[in-house]
Amino acid sequence: MQYDPNSPIWLQVMTVLETDIVTGKRPPGDKLPGGRDLAIAFSINPNTAVRVYQELEKQGLCETRRGLGTFVTEDAERIAALRKELALRAVRQFSDRMRLLGISREGAVTLIREQEE
Amino acid sequence: MLESRNIVKKFGSKAAVDGITVRFEPGHVYAMLGPNGSGKTTWMKMAAGLIKPTAGEMLFGGRPVDLESRKEIAYMSTEPYFYAWMTVKDVGKYYADFFPDFSYDRYLRLLERMELTEGLKTPELSSGMMAKLKIAVTLARDAKVWMLDEPFNGIDLLARDEIRRSILEFAADDRVLILSSHLVEEMEAIADRAVFIKEGRLAEEDDLEELRDSRGVSMADRYRAIYGRVEVEA
Repeated sequence: MQYDPNSPIWLQVMTVLETDIVTGKRPPGDKLPGGRDLAIAFSINPNTAVRVYQELEKQGLCETRRGLGTFVTEDAERIAALRKELALRAVRQFSDRMRLLGISREGAVTLIREQEE
Repeated sequence: MLESRNIVKKFGSKAAVDGITVRFEPGHVYAMLGPNGSGKTTWMKMAAGLIKPTAGEMLFGGRPVDLESRKEIAYMSTEPYFYAWMTVKDVGKYYADFFPDFSYDRYLRLLERMELTEGLKTPELSSGMMAKLKIAVTLARDAKVWMLDEPFNGIDLLARDEIRRSILEFAADDRVLILSSHLVEEMEAIADRAVFIKEGRLAEEDDLEELRDSRGVSMADRYRAIYGRVEVEA
């Protein structure tokens, strides 16, 4: 995986895992790789991998069961909320870009409709 | 775990290392950066106990580096150091004789990972294969400190991935890993700290995620800022 070296690596890896949780690639209750395996799989520093799990846990997206490992939350509402968060992030990026290009709100909506047709 | 205090190494009247005080703690992977001739290799050789400082101290676990500490500090130099008659197997045996912490089993596993076989003769290895062999033989030790000088030089993309993987497997809470390289981008994600050496002195030390988090700055950005020429306004 290619990282943007100017933004935190933990955040970039976390976004990948969040997307996997929302899309069902990592379903509710799924066991996540251990810290070391995550570090190797993503080619990141082990301390960064620890941070990824700390943040996911803080967000209520996974839980660590002592001696068993880390698991994706089984809270369907939490996952639904995450889907909305990720969608909002994408919308925010989209609107920033449209604003930069000088396209109005209405213009952007029209573009989306045209694209769908 | 490993630290130097105001350490100096002079070759004749020229100071290759000119008063570096720096400390390396277990549980971290350090990128040691600096252009050629900045003093990184000389510092590493003093830490490995291969050359003696002109002044100052190199301490491992609070005690001066000596023959005892060499058992705990694994160093991979940039120079080739195998005899021409050696096969890959001989290299392993040679290391096993020298270092009690060397594990031949681990060596075999690393060779397999690196797609090397015991029967290969060292003079017939390509530069990439030689680089992988040096890594395998160094990581087959069970040290507390690993110093790898230029582990990514002259190695193709796929082999670099293997080397990164092996390094990450060896990173642990009770170990120090120090990687020196010109290939800054190879180390952005695997290192968590950076130590910049400039003209024999410590120029800067950074926590990399902290740098990105608080300032949106990469290790490569810092490298450019520290070593780049100052642009003259037209």
